[in-house]
Amino acid sequence: MTARFARPASDQRRRGTGPFEGTTSKPFRRFWRAAIFLLPGFAVYLTFLFGPMIYSARISLFDWNIVDPTLSEPVGFDNYSRALGDPIFRRAVVNTVAYTLVTVPGQIILGMGVALLLNQAIRGRALFRVLYYLPVITPWVIVTLLFEYMFVGQGGLVNWLLRDVLGVIQKNVLWLADPILTFVPIHLLGIWKGVGWTAIIALAGLQAIPQELSDAASVDGASPLSRFRYITLPLLRPTLVFLMVVLVIGGLNAYISNLLITDGGNPLDLTHFVLTLMYEATFTRLDFGYGAAISYLLAVFVFMVSLVQIRLLRRRVEL
Amino acid sequence: MTASISSSRRRGKAGSYLLLAVGSGFVIVPFWFMVSTSLKPQAYIFDIPPKLIPEEVTTANYSEALGKDLFGVYFLNSMVVAIAAVVLTLFLSSMLAYAFARLEFPGKEKIFYLLLIGMMVPPVMLIIPQFLVAKSLHLLDSLLGLVVVYVAMNVSMQTFLLRGFFESIPRELEEAALIDGASRWTIMWRVILPLSRPGLAVVAIFTFLYAWDEFPWAHVAIRETARRTLPIGIALFQSQHLTQWGQVFAASIVALVPVVLVFAVFQRYFVRGISTTGLKG
Repeated sequence: MTARFARPASDQRRRGTGPFEGTTSKPFRRFWRAAIFLLPGFAVYLTFLFGPMIYSARISLFDWNIVDPTLSEPVGFDNYSRALGDPIFRRAVVNTVAYTLVTVPGQIILGMGVALLLNQAIRGRALFRVLYYLPVITPWVIVTLLFEYMFVGQGGLVNWLLRDVLGVIQKNVLWLADPILTFVPIHLLGIWKGVGWTAIIALAGLQAIPQELSDAASVDGASPLSRFRYITLPLLRPTLVFLMVVLVIGGLNAYISNLLITDGGNPLDLTHFVLTLMYEATFTRLDFGYGAAISYLLAVFVFMVSLVQIRLLRRRVEL
Repeated sequence: MTASISSSRRRGKAGSYLLLAVGSGFVIVPFWFMVSTSLKPQAYIFDIPPKLIPEEVTTANYSEALGKDLFGVYFLNSMVVAIAAVVLTLFLSSMLAYAFARLEFPGKEKIFYLLLIGMMVPPVMLIIPQFLVAKSLHLLDSLLGLVVVYVAMNVSMQTFLLRGFFESIPRELEEAALIDGASRWTIMWRVILPLSRPGLAVVAIFTFLYAWDEFPWAHVAIRETARRTLPIGIALFQSQHLTQWGQVFAASIVALVPVVLVFAVFQRYFVRGISTTGLKG
Protein backbone atom coordinates (compact mmCIF):
# COMPACT_ATOMS: atom_id res chain seq x y z
CA MET A 1 0.00 0.00 0.00
CA THR A 2 2.58 2.56 1.06
CA ALA A 3 4.67 1.83 -2.01
CA ARG A 4 1.73 2.59 -4.25
CA PHE A 5 1.11 5.92 -2.58
CA ALA A 6 4.75 6.86 -2.59
CA ARG A 7 5.28 6.35 -6.25
CA PRO A 8 3.27 9.23 -7.78
CA ALA A 9 4.58 11.65 -5.17
CA SER A 10 8.20 10.92 -5.88
CA ASP A 11 7.59 10.88 -9.61
CA GLN A 12 6.41 14.45 -9.29
CA ARG A 13 9.43 15.34 -7.26
CA ARG A 14 11.75 13.87 -9.79
CA ARG A 15 10.22 16.13 -12.40
CA GLY A 16 10.98 19.17 -10.14
CA THR A 17 13.71 21.55 -11.15
CA GLY A 18 15.64 21.86 -7.85
CA PRO A 19 19.34 21.00 -8.24
CA PHE A 20 19.34 18.19 -5.65
CA GLU A 21 15.90 16.78 -6.30
CA GLY A 22 17.02 13.85 -8.37
CA THR A 23 19.95 12.91 -6.16
CA THR A 24 18.49 13.26 -2.67
CA SER A 25 14.99 11.91 -3.05
CA LYS A 26 15.91 8.86 -5.07
CA PRO A 27 18.01 7.07 -2.44
CA PHE A 28 15.30 7.66 0.12
CA ARG A 29 12.62 6.40 -2.16
CA ARG A 30 14.74 3.35 -2.88
CA PHE A 31 15.38 2.86 0.79
CA TRP A 32 11.69 2.84 1.65
CA ARG A 33 10.88 0.51 -1.15
CA ALA A 34 13.49 -1.91 0.14
CA ALA A 35 12.34 -1.39 3.73
CA ILE A 36 9.08 -3.19 3.02
CA PHE A 37 11.11 -6.27 2.19
CA LEU A 38 13.61 -5.84 4.98
CA LEU A 39 11.59 -4.74 7.99
CA PRO A 40 9.69 -7.92 8.94
CA GLY A 41 12.80 -10.09 8.81
CA PHE A 42 14.96 -7.56 10.61
CA ALA A 43 12.34 -7.06 13.31
CA VAL A 44 12.67 -10.73 14.27
CA TYR A 45 16.44 -10.81 13.76
CA LEU A 46 17.15 -7.71 15.83
CA THR A 47 14.72 -8.58 18.62
CA PHE A 48 15.71 -12.20 19.11
CA LEU A 49 19.29 -12.45 17.92
CA PHE A 50 21.26 -9.25 17.45
CA GLY A 51 19.63 -7.32 20.27
CA PRO A 52 20.12 -10.16 22.78
CA MET A 53 23.75 -10.45 21.71
CA ILE A 54 24.38 -6.82 22.67
CA TYR A 55 22.18 -7.05 25.75
CA SER A 56 24.23 -10.00 26.97
CA ALA A 57 27.38 -7.86 27.12
CA ARG A 58 25.55 -5.49 29.47
CA ILE A 59 24.20 -8.27 31.67
CA SER A 60 27.71 -9.66 32.08
CA LEU A 61 28.80 -6.41 33.76
CA PHE A 62 26.15 -6.63 36.50
CA ASP A 63 25.24 -8.68 39.48
CA TRP A 64 22.00 -9.20 37.60
CA ASN A 65 18.76 -9.17 39.53
CA ILE A 66 16.36 -11.48 37.75
CA VAL A 67 13.31 -10.30 39.69
CA ASP A 68 13.85 -6.58 39.19
CA PRO A 69 16.62 -5.76 36.68
CA THR A 70 16.66 -2.11 37.81
CA LEU A 71 18.09 -3.29 41.14
CA SER A 72 21.03 -4.97 39.40
CA GLU A 73 24.36 -3.81 40.72
CA PRO A 74 27.12 -2.87 38.30
CA VAL A 75 30.21 -4.90 39.12
CA GLY A 76 32.52 -4.01 36.24
CA PHE A 77 34.48 -7.02 35.03
CA ASP A 78 34.02 -8.92 38.29
CA ASN A 79 32.02 -11.72 36.66
CA TYR A 80 34.82 -12.23 34.16
CA SER A 81 37.61 -12.34 36.71
CA ARG A 82 35.51 -14.60 38.92
CA ALA A 83 35.10 -17.04 36.02
CA LEU A 84 38.79 -16.99 35.11
CA GLY A 85 39.76 -17.72 38.72
CA ASP A 86 37.16 -20.44 39.23
CA PRO A 87 38.65 -23.98 39.18
CA ILE A 88 35.33 -25.42 37.99
CA PHE A 89 35.31 -23.04 35.04
CA ARG A 90 38.93 -23.88 34.22
CA ARG A 91 38.17 -27.56 34.37
CA ALA A 92 35.21 -26.98 32.04
CA VAL A 93 37.50 -25.16 29.59
CA VAL A 94 39.97 -28.04 29.66
CA ASN A 95 37.16 -30.56 29.08
CA THR A 96 35.74 -28.54 26.20
CA VAL A 97 39.11 -28.03 24.51
CA ALA A 98 39.95 -31.71 24.93
CA TYR A 99 36.61 -32.65 23.35
CA THR A 100 37.37 -30.36 20.41
CA LEU A 101 40.93 -31.67 20.01
CA VAL A 102 39.66 -35.25 19.88
CA THR A 103 36.45 -34.93 17.88
CA VAL A 104 37.56 -32.48 15.17
CA PRO A 105 40.50 -34.54 13.85
CA GLY A 106 38.41 -37.68 14.36
CA GLN A 107 35.61 -36.35 12.21
CA ILE A 108 37.94 -34.94 9.55
CA ILE A 109 40.08 -38.08 9.19
CA LEU A 110 37.14 -40.48 9.10
CA GLY A 111 35.03 -38.11 6.99
CA MET A 112 37.86 -37.68 4.48
CA GLY A 113 38.28 -41.45 4.37
CA VAL A 114 34.60 -42.00 3.63
CA ALA A 115 34.65 -39.20 1.03
CA LEU A 116 37.68 -40.69 -0.75
CA LEU A 117 36.01 -44.11 -0.80
CA LEU A 118 32.79 -42.64 -2.15
CA ASN A 119 34.62 -40.57 -4.75
CA GLN A 120 35.01 -43.62 -7.01
CA ALA A 121 32.82 -45.19 -9.61
CA ILE A 122 31.26 -47.70 -7.26
CA ARG A 123 27.74 -49.01 -7.07
CA GLY A 124 25.53 -48.16 -4.11
CA ARG A 125 27.09 -44.73 -3.57
CA ALA A 126 23.72 -43.10 -2.92
CA LEU A 127 22.85 -45.78 -0.38
CA PHE A 128 26.11 -45.34 1.52
CA ARG A 129 25.63 -41.60 1.49
CA VAL A 130 22.19 -41.95 3.08
CA LEU A 131 23.50 -44.42 5.66
CA TYR A 132 26.38 -42.25 6.76
CA TYR A 133 24.11 -39.26 6.96
CA LEU A 134 21.60 -40.93 9.26
CA PRO A 135 23.34 -39.96 12.54
CA VAL A 136 23.60 -36.35 11.33
CA ILE A 137 19.85 -35.88 10.98
CA THR A 138 18.93 -37.75 14.14
CA PRO A 139 18.16 -35.35 16.99
CA TRP A 140 20.96 -34.96 19.56
CA VAL A 141 18.75 -36.00 22.44
CA ILE A 142 17.99 -39.36 20.82
CA VAL A 143 21.57 -40.27 19.88
CA THR A 144 22.79 -39.18 23.30
CA LEU A 145 20.37 -41.47 25.09
CA LEU A 146 21.31 -44.25 22.69
CA PHE A 147 25.01 -43.91 23.55
CA GLU A 148 24.20 -43.69 27.23
CA TYR A 149 22.34 -46.98 26.95
CA MET A 150 25.15 -48.71 25.04
CA PHE A 151 27.68 -47.61 27.66
CA VAL A 152 25.67 -48.65 30.72
CA GLY A 153 27.95 -50.43 33.21
CA GLN A 154 25.84 -53.52 33.89
CA GLY A 155 24.47 -55.16 30.76
CA GLY A 156 25.58 -52.50 28.31
CA LEU A 157 26.53 -53.45 24.76
CA VAL A 158 30.02 -51.92 24.94
CA ASN A 159 31.08 -53.68 28.14
CA TRP A 160 29.78 -56.96 26.78
CA LEU A 161 31.79 -56.50 23.57
CA LEU A 162 34.96 -55.60 25.45
CA ARG A 163 34.66 -58.30 28.09
CA ASP A 164 32.96 -61.31 26.56
CA VAL A 165 33.78 -60.91 22.89
CA LEU A 166 37.18 -59.22 22.76
CA GLY A 167 38.38 -60.12 26.23
CA VAL A 168 40.08 -56.74 26.67
CA ILE A 169 38.65 -56.11 30.13
CA GLN A 170 38.06 -58.46 33.06
CA LYS A 171 35.15 -56.74 34.72
CA ASN A 172 32.61 -54.16 33.68
CA VAL A 173 33.82 -50.58 33.32
CA LEU A 174 31.55 -47.97 34.86
CA TRP A 175 31.80 -45.52 31.96
CA LEU A 176 29.14 -43.12 33.14
CA ALA A 177 30.21 -42.62 36.75
CA ASP A 178 33.89 -41.76 36.30
CA PRO A 179 35.01 -38.14 35.70
CA ILE A 180 37.43 -39.21 32.96
CA LEU A 181 35.83 -42.29 31.44
CA THR A 182 32.52 -40.52 30.97
CA PHE A 183 34.17 -38.59 28.14
CA VAL A 184 34.66 -41.80 26.15
CA PRO A 185 31.00 -42.06 25.12
CA ILE A 186 30.77 -38.26 24.78
CA HIS A 187 33.77 -38.06 22.44
CA LEU A 188 32.79 -41.12 20.44
CA LEU A 189 29.30 -39.72 20.00
CA GLY A 190 30.71 -36.38 18.79
CA ILE A 191 32.72 -38.18 16.12
CA TRP A 192 30.04 -40.70 15.20
CA LYS A 193 27.41 -38.02 14.67
CA GLY A 194 29.62 -35.73 12.58
CA VAL A 195 31.39 -38.07 10.15
CA GLY A 196 28.52 -38.11 7.63
CA TRP A 197 28.37 -34.35 7.36
CA THR A 198 32.14 -34.01 7.07
CA ALA A 199 32.19 -36.70 4.39
CA ILE A 200 29.54 -35.01 2.26
CA ILE A 201 31.30 -31.64 2.38
CA ALA A 202 34.65 -33.28 1.62
CA LEU A 203 33.06 -35.26 -1.22
CA ALA A 204 31.73 -32.04 -2.77
CA GLY A 205 35.26 -30.62 -2.53
CA LEU A 206 36.79 -33.74 -4.10
CA GLN A 207 34.34 -33.70 -6.97
CA ALA A 208 35.32 -30.13 -7.79
CA ILE A 209 38.94 -31.24 -8.43
CA PRO A 210 39.46 -31.89 -12.15
CA GLN A 211 40.07 -35.60 -12.74
CA GLU A 212 42.60 -34.80 -15.53
CA LEU A 213 45.17 -33.60 -12.99
CA SER A 214 45.18 -36.88 -11.17
CA ASP A 215 45.13 -38.86 -14.43
CA ALA A 216 48.06 -36.93 -15.83
CA ALA A 217 50.05 -37.56 -12.66
CA SER A 218 49.32 -41.27 -12.72
CA VAL A 219 50.43 -41.46 -16.36
CA ASP A 220 53.68 -39.88 -15.17
CA GLY A 221 53.99 -42.67 -12.65
CA ALA A 222 52.86 -40.94 -9.44
CA SER A 223 51.66 -43.35 -6.77
CA PRO A 224 48.13 -42.98 -5.35
CA LEU A 225 49.67 -41.74 -2.10
CA SER A 226 51.75 -39.01 -3.70
CA ARG A 227 48.80 -38.04 -5.92
CA PHE A 228 46.80 -37.56 -2.74
CA ARG A 229 49.62 -35.67 -1.04
CA TYR A 230 50.58 -33.33 -3.90
CA ILE A 231 47.34 -32.90 -5.87
CA THR A 232 44.24 -33.71 -3.84
CA LEU A 233 45.28 -32.30 -0.49
CA PRO A 234 46.50 -28.86 -1.67
CA LEU A 235 43.43 -28.38 -3.88
CA LEU A 236 41.16 -29.47 -1.06
CA ARG A 237 42.62 -26.95 1.36
CA PRO A 238 39.75 -24.42 1.18
CA THR A 239 37.32 -27.23 1.98
CA LEU A 240 39.49 -28.40 4.86
CA VAL A 241 39.71 -24.87 6.26
CA PHE A 242 35.96 -24.58 6.10
CA LEU A 243 35.47 -27.98 7.76
CA MET A 244 37.92 -27.21 10.51
CA VAL A 245 36.46 -23.81 11.34
CA VAL A 246 32.89 -25.11 11.44
CA LEU A 247 33.77 -28.27 13.38
CA VAL A 248 35.86 -26.38 15.95
CA ILE A 249 33.01 -23.94 16.54
CA GLY A 250 30.68 -26.92 16.92
CA GLY A 251 33.09 -28.66 19.30
CA LEU A 252 33.52 -25.67 21.57
CA ASN A 253 29.75 -25.26 21.68
CA ALA A 254 29.04 -28.89 22.56
CA TYR A 255 26.27 -29.08 25.09
CA ILE A 256 23.45 -31.61 24.91
CA SER A 257 25.49 -34.82 25.01
CA ASN A 258 27.37 -33.66 28.09
CA LEU A 259 24.28 -32.30 29.85
CA LEU A 260 22.41 -35.59 29.49
CA ILE A 261 25.27 -38.02 30.05
CA THR A 262 26.91 -36.29 33.04
CA ASP A 263 23.60 -34.94 34.31
CA GLY A 264 25.10 -31.44 34.57
CA GLY A 265 28.78 -31.91 35.52
CA ASN A 266 28.54 -34.96 37.79
CA PRO A 267 30.50 -36.16 39.62
CA LEU A 268 31.65 -33.12 41.64
CA ASP A 269 31.38 -30.60 38.79
CA LEU A 270 34.43 -32.23 37.21
CA THR A 271 32.85 -33.08 33.87
CA HIS A 272 31.29 -29.78 32.77
CA PHE A 273 31.63 -28.28 29.35
CA VAL A 274 31.68 -24.48 29.26
CA LEU A 275 28.07 -24.33 28.17
CA THR A 276 26.70 -26.81 30.69
CA LEU A 277 28.43 -24.75 33.38
CA MET A 278 26.88 -21.60 31.94
CA TYR A 279 23.50 -23.28 32.00
CA GLU A 280 23.90 -24.33 35.61
CA ALA A 281 25.18 -20.93 36.77
CA THR A 282 22.31 -19.18 35.07
CA PHE A 283 19.25 -21.34 35.43
CA THR A 284 20.05 -23.33 38.56
CA ARG A 285 21.93 -20.76 40.64
CA LEU A 286 20.19 -17.81 38.89
CA ASP A 287 23.53 -16.00 38.58
CA PHE A 288 22.68 -14.41 35.24
CA GLY A 289 25.60 -11.96 35.18
CA TYR A 290 28.09 -14.76 35.75
CA GLY A 291 26.46 -16.96 33.11
CA ALA A 292 26.51 -14.12 30.59
CA ALA A 293 30.20 -13.50 31.30
CA ILE A 294 30.96 -17.18 30.67
CA SER A 295 29.08 -17.17 27.38
CA TYR A 296 30.90 -14.01 26.28
CA LEU A 297 34.27 -15.50 27.16
CA LEU A 298 33.39 -18.54 25.08
CA ALA A 299 32.20 -16.42 22.14
CA VAL A 300 35.40 -14.38 22.14
CA PHE A 301 37.49 -17.53 22.35
CA VAL A 302 35.56 -19.15 19.48
CA PHE A 303 35.98 -16.04 17.38
CA MET A 304 39.73 -15.81 17.99
CA VAL A 305 40.31 -19.50 17.33
CA SER A 306 38.43 -19.21 14.03
CA LEU A 307 40.49 -16.21 12.97
CA VAL A 308 43.77 -17.92 13.82
CA GLN A 309 42.76 -21.06 11.92
CA ILE A 310 41.78 -19.13 8.83
CA ARG A 311 45.03 -17.13 8.92
CA LEU A 312 47.31 -20.11 9.47
CA LEU A 313 45.74 -22.32 6.87
CA ARG A 314 45.54 -19.53 4.31
CA ARG A 315 49.22 -18.76 4.73
CA ARG A 316 50.17 -22.33 4.07
CA VAL A 317 48.21 -22.34 0.82
CA GLU A 318 50.28 -19.43 -0.46
CA LEU A 319 53.57 -21.25 0.16
CA MET B 1 50.33 -55.39 -18.04
CA THR B 2 46.77 -54.20 -18.51
CA ALA B 3 45.52 -57.33 -16.86
CA SER B 4 47.58 -56.70 -13.73
CA ILE B 5 46.36 -53.09 -13.53
CA SER B 6 42.73 -54.07 -13.82
CA SER B 7 43.08 -56.86 -11.29
CA SER B 8 44.71 -54.51 -8.79
CA ARG B 9 41.90 -52.03 -9.51
CA ARG B 10 39.38 -54.75 -8.81
CA ARG B 11 41.13 -55.61 -5.59
CA GLY B 12 41.13 -51.92 -4.67
CA LYS B 13 37.42 -51.74 -5.29
CA ALA B 14 36.74 -54.78 -3.13
CA GLY B 15 38.78 -53.13 -0.38
CA SER B 16 36.73 -49.97 -0.73
CA TYR B 17 33.51 -51.91 -0.37
CA LEU B 18 34.85 -53.70 2.66
CA LEU B 19 35.86 -50.44 4.37
CA LEU B 20 32.56 -48.77 3.52
CA ALA B 21 30.67 -51.78 4.84
CA VAL B 22 32.61 -51.76 8.11
CA GLY B 23 31.90 -48.04 8.48
CA SER B 24 28.22 -48.58 7.76
CA GLY B 25 28.23 -51.25 10.45
CA PHE B 26 29.36 -48.71 13.02
CA VAL B 27 26.56 -46.43 11.92
CA ILE B 28 23.82 -49.02 11.72
CA VAL B 29 24.44 -51.20 14.77
CA PRO B 30 23.44 -48.50 17.31
CA PHE B 31 20.24 -47.77 15.37
CA TRP B 32 19.50 -51.45 15.01
CA PHE B 33 20.08 -51.89 18.73
CA MET B 34 17.67 -49.02 19.44
CA VAL B 35 14.94 -50.61 17.33
CA SER B 36 15.42 -54.06 18.83
CA THR B 37 15.46 -52.66 22.38
CA SER B 38 12.22 -50.85 21.73
CA LEU B 39 10.65 -54.20 20.84
CA LYS B 40 11.92 -56.10 23.90
CA PRO B 41 9.92 -56.70 27.06
CA GLN B 42 11.39 -54.81 30.04
CA ALA B 43 12.81 -58.03 31.54
CA TYR B 44 15.17 -58.52 28.59
CA ILE B 45 16.53 -54.94 28.41
CA PHE B 46 19.85 -55.72 30.12
CA ASP B 47 20.18 -59.29 28.93
CA ILE B 48 23.69 -60.71 28.66
CA PRO B 49 24.64 -61.28 25.93
CA PRO B 50 22.69 -58.35 24.43
CA LYS B 51 20.47 -59.57 21.63
CA LEU B 52 20.34 -57.67 18.38
CA ILE B 53 17.28 -59.69 17.47
CA PRO B 54 14.81 -59.85 20.35
CA GLU B 55 13.81 -63.32 21.48
CA GLU B 56 10.38 -62.12 22.34
CA VAL B 57 8.83 -59.25 20.41
CA THR B 58 6.33 -56.92 21.99
CA THR B 59 4.77 -53.60 21.08
CA ALA B 60 4.01 -52.88 24.73
CA ASN B 61 6.77 -50.24 24.91
CA TYR B 62 5.15 -48.30 22.11
CA SER B 63 1.65 -48.37 23.49
CA GLU B 64 2.89 -47.47 26.98
CA ALA B 65 5.33 -44.75 25.96
CA LEU B 66 2.87 -43.14 23.62
CA GLY B 67 0.15 -43.15 26.22
CA LYS B 68 2.41 -41.69 28.90
CA ASP B 69 3.48 -38.16 29.71
CA LEU B 70 1.41 -36.42 27.07
CA PHE B 71 3.63 -37.86 24.35
CA GLY B 72 1.00 -37.09 21.72
CA VAL B 73 0.91 -33.48 22.88
CA TYR B 74 4.71 -33.21 22.62
CA PHE B 75 4.61 -34.63 19.13
CA LEU B 76 1.91 -32.16 18.12
CA ASN B 77 3.80 -29.26 19.73
CA SER B 78 6.96 -30.19 17.84
CA MET B 79 5.01 -30.41 14.59
CA VAL B 80 3.28 -27.06 15.09
CA VAL B 81 6.52 -25.32 16.07
CA ALA B 82 8.54 -26.85 13.22
CA ILE B 83 5.94 -26.07 10.56
CA ALA B 84 5.40 -22.52 11.83
CA ALA B 85 9.16 -21.93 11.93
CA VAL B 86 9.51 -23.26 8.38
CA VAL B 87 6.69 -21.10 6.97
CA LEU B 88 7.86 -17.95 8.73
CA THR B 89 11.51 -18.50 7.82
CA LEU B 90 10.63 -19.10 4.18
CA PHE B 91 8.53 -15.95 4.09
CA LEU B 92 10.97 -13.61 5.85
CA SER B 93 14.15 -14.96 4.24
CA SER B 94 12.62 -14.76 0.76
CA MET B 95 11.78 -11.10 1.25
CA LEU B 96 15.21 -10.30 2.68
CA ALA B 97 16.99 -12.28 0.01
CA TYR B 98 15.02 -10.60 -2.74
CA ALA B 99 15.93 -7.14 -1.44
CA PHE B 100 19.61 -8.05 -1.24
CA ALA B 101 19.64 -9.78 -4.62
CA ARG B 102 17.66 -7.32 -6.71
CA LEU B 103 16.97 -3.94 -5.08
CA GLU B 104 19.40 -1.06 -4.86
CA PHE B 105 19.29 0.99 -1.68
CA PRO B 106 21.71 3.00 0.43
CA GLY B 107 23.71 1.02 2.99
CA LYS B 108 22.85 -2.28 1.32
CA GLU B 109 26.20 -3.89 1.91
CA LYS B 110 26.44 -2.82 5.55
CA ILE B 111 22.93 -4.01 6.28
CA PHE B 112 23.76 -7.35 4.70
CA TYR B 113 26.83 -7.74 6.90
CA LEU B 114 24.75 -6.84 9.94
CA LEU B 115 22.51 -9.77 9.06
CA LEU B 116 25.42 -12.14 8.44
CA ILE B 117 26.67 -11.68 12.00
CA GLY B 118 23.82 -14.00 12.90
CA MET B 119 25.63 -16.85 11.14
CA MET B 120 28.66 -16.51 13.38
CA VAL B 121 27.18 -16.19 16.84
CA PRO B 122 27.37 -19.39 18.88
CA PRO B 123 23.68 -20.09 19.55
CA VAL B 124 23.85 -21.12 23.18
CA MET B 125 25.54 -17.87 24.24
CA LEU B 126 22.30 -16.10 23.34
CA ILE B 127 20.13 -18.13 25.65
CA ILE B 128 20.42 -15.85 28.67
CA PRO B 129 19.47 -12.58 26.94
CA GLN B 130 16.88 -14.37 24.82
CA PHE B 131 15.35 -15.66 28.01
CA LEU B 132 15.16 -12.13 29.43
CA VAL B 133 13.76 -10.67 26.20
CA ALA B 134 11.18 -13.45 25.92
CA LYS B 135 10.27 -12.95 29.57
CA SER B 136 9.58 -9.26 29.12
CA LEU B 137 7.53 -9.95 25.97
CA HIS B 138 5.56 -12.71 27.79
CA LEU B 139 6.82 -15.30 25.33
CA LEU B 140 8.08 -17.80 27.90
CA ASP B 141 6.07 -21.00 28.17
CA SER B 142 4.58 -20.40 24.74
CA LEU B 143 5.11 -22.14 21.44
CA LEU B 144 5.27 -18.75 19.73
CA GLY B 145 8.31 -17.95 21.86
CA LEU B 146 10.01 -21.04 20.43
CA VAL B 147 9.03 -20.19 16.86
CA VAL B 148 10.34 -16.61 16.85
CA VAL B 149 13.69 -17.63 18.29
CA TYR B 150 14.05 -20.50 15.80
CA VAL B 151 13.29 -18.11 12.97
CA ALA B 152 15.82 -15.57 14.27
CA MET B 153 18.49 -18.29 14.54
CA ASN B 154 17.90 -19.42 10.95
CA VAL B 155 17.09 -16.25 9.07
CA SER B 156 20.71 -15.16 8.39
CA MET B 157 21.89 -18.43 6.92
CA GLN B 158 18.74 -19.00 4.89
CA THR B 159 18.74 -15.46 3.51
CA PHE B 160 22.35 -15.94 2.48
CA LEU B 161 21.43 -19.18 0.74
CA LEU B 162 18.33 -17.81 -1.02
CA ARG B 163 20.13 -14.68 -2.16
CA GLY B 164 22.51 -16.94 -4.05
CA PHE B 165 19.60 -18.76 -5.67
CA PHE B 166 17.79 -15.56 -6.63
CA GLU B 167 20.92 -14.07 -8.15
CA SER B 168 21.30 -17.05 -10.43
CA ILE B 169 17.90 -16.33 -12.04
CA PRO B 170 18.30 -14.31 -15.27
CA ARG B 171 17.27 -10.68 -14.80
CA GLU B 172 15.56 -10.56 -18.21
CA LEU B 173 12.68 -12.57 -16.82
CA GLU B 174 11.95 -9.83 -14.32
CA GLU B 175 12.58 -6.94 -16.65
CA ALA B 176 9.79 -8.07 -18.93
CA ALA B 177 7.39 -8.07 -15.99
CA LEU B 178 8.70 -4.70 -14.76
CA ILE B 179 8.00 -3.15 -18.15
CA ASP B 180 4.48 -4.54 -17.99
CA GLY B 181 4.07 -2.51 -14.79
CA ALA B 182 4.27 -5.30 -12.23
CA SER B 183 5.44 -4.22 -8.76
CA ARG B 184 8.55 -5.71 -7.16
CA TRP B 185 6.30 -7.55 -4.75
CA THR B 186 4.35 -9.21 -7.55
CA ILE B 187 7.56 -10.09 -9.34
CA MET B 188 8.96 -11.78 -6.27
CA TRP B 189 5.85 -13.91 -5.83
CA ARG B 190 5.09 -14.62 -9.48
CA VAL B 191 8.52 -14.83 -11.07
CA ILE B 192 11.28 -15.43 -8.55
CA LEU B 193 9.76 -17.79 -6.00
CA PRO B 194 8.30 -20.27 -8.53
CA LEU B 195 11.74 -20.51 -10.15
CA SER B 196 13.48 -21.06 -6.81
CA ARG B 197 11.71 -24.20 -5.65
CA PRO B 198 14.89 -26.21 -5.06
CA GLY B 199 16.32 -23.40 -2.93
CA LEU B 200 13.10 -23.03 -0.98
CA ALA B 201 13.07 -26.79 -0.42
CA VAL B 202 16.55 -26.65 1.07
CA VAL B 203 15.52 -23.82 3.40
CA ALA B 204 12.41 -25.72 4.45
CA ILE B 205 14.28 -28.97 5.15
CA PHE B 206 17.02 -27.40 7.22
CA THR B 207 14.67 -25.24 9.24
CA PHE B 208 12.42 -28.22 9.89
CA LEU B 209 15.28 -30.41 11.09
CA TYR B 210 16.65 -27.58 13.22
CA ALA B 211 13.32 -26.99 14.93
CA TRP B 212 12.70 -30.71 15.38
CA ASP B 213 16.11 -31.18 17.01
CA GLU B 214 16.44 -27.99 19.04
CA PHE B 215 16.93 -28.65 22.73
CA PRO B 216 18.71 -25.83 24.66
CA TRP B 217 16.22 -23.03 24.02
CA ALA B 218 13.13 -25.20 24.47
CA HIS B 219 14.67 -26.56 27.66
CA VAL B 220 14.99 -23.05 29.08
CA ALA B 221 11.90 -21.38 27.67
CA ILE B 222 9.29 -24.03 28.48
CA ARG B 223 8.33 -24.95 32.03
CA GLU B 224 4.76 -26.05 31.56
CA THR B 225 4.40 -29.76 30.77
CA ALA B 226 1.75 -29.29 28.09
CA ARG B 227 3.98 -26.99 26.03
CA ARG B 228 7.02 -29.27 25.80
CA THR B 229 8.44 -30.34 22.48
CA LEU B 230 9.69 -33.84 21.72
CA PRO B 231 13.40 -33.45 22.59
CA ILE B 232 12.49 -32.10 26.02
CA GLY B 233 9.79 -34.70 26.48
CA ILE B 234 12.12 -37.57 25.62
CA ALA B 235 15.03 -36.30 27.74
CA LEU B 236 12.81 -35.84 30.80
CA PHE B 237 11.06 -39.12 30.15
CA GLN B 238 14.42 -40.86 30.39
CA SER B 239 15.37 -39.13 33.64
CA GLN B 240 12.00 -39.95 35.22
CA HIS B 241 11.73 -43.58 34.13
CA LEU B 242 15.41 -44.31 34.41
CA THR B 243 15.63 -47.89 33.24
CA GLN B 244 12.61 -48.05 30.97
CA TRP B 245 14.89 -48.03 27.94
CA GLY B 246 12.41 -49.89 25.78
CA GLN B 247 9.91 -47.09 26.21
CA VAL B 248 12.52 -44.37 25.80
CA PHE B 249 13.52 -45.83 22.45
CA ALA B 250 9.95 -46.49 21.37
CA ALA B 251 9.28 -42.78 21.86
CA SER B 252 12.58 -41.91 20.11
CA ILE B 253 11.74 -44.00 17.08
CA VAL B 254 8.34 -42.38 16.72
CA ALA B 255 10.09 -39.00 16.97
CA LEU B 256 12.50 -40.09 14.25
CA VAL B 257 9.80 -40.96 11.73
CA PRO B 258 9.19 -37.40 10.43
CA VAL B 259 12.94 -36.78 10.17
CA VAL B 260 13.51 -39.91 8.13
CA LEU B 261 10.49 -39.14 5.93
CA VAL B 262 11.69 -35.61 5.21
CA PHE B 263 15.14 -36.93 4.48
CA ALA B 264 13.96 -39.75 2.22
CA VAL B 265 11.66 -37.53 0.18
CA PHE B 266 14.07 -34.63 -0.24
CA GLN B 267 17.37 -36.49 -0.32
CA ARG B 268 18.62 -34.97 -3.55
CA TYR B 269 17.91 -31.38 -2.45
CA PHE B 270 19.58 -32.27 0.77
CA VAL B 271 22.92 -33.28 -0.62
CA ARG B 272 22.88 -30.29 -2.94
CA GLY B 273 21.99 -27.94 -0.13
CA ILE B 274 24.74 -29.21 2.13
CA SER B 275 27.45 -29.18 -0.46
CA THR B 276 26.60 -25.74 -1.84
CA THR B 277 26.12 -24.00 1.48
CA GLY B 278 27.81 -26.09 4.13
CA LEU B 279 24.72 -25.93 6.28
CA LYS B 280 24.82 -28.20 9.24
CA GLY B 281 21.84 -30.51 9.52
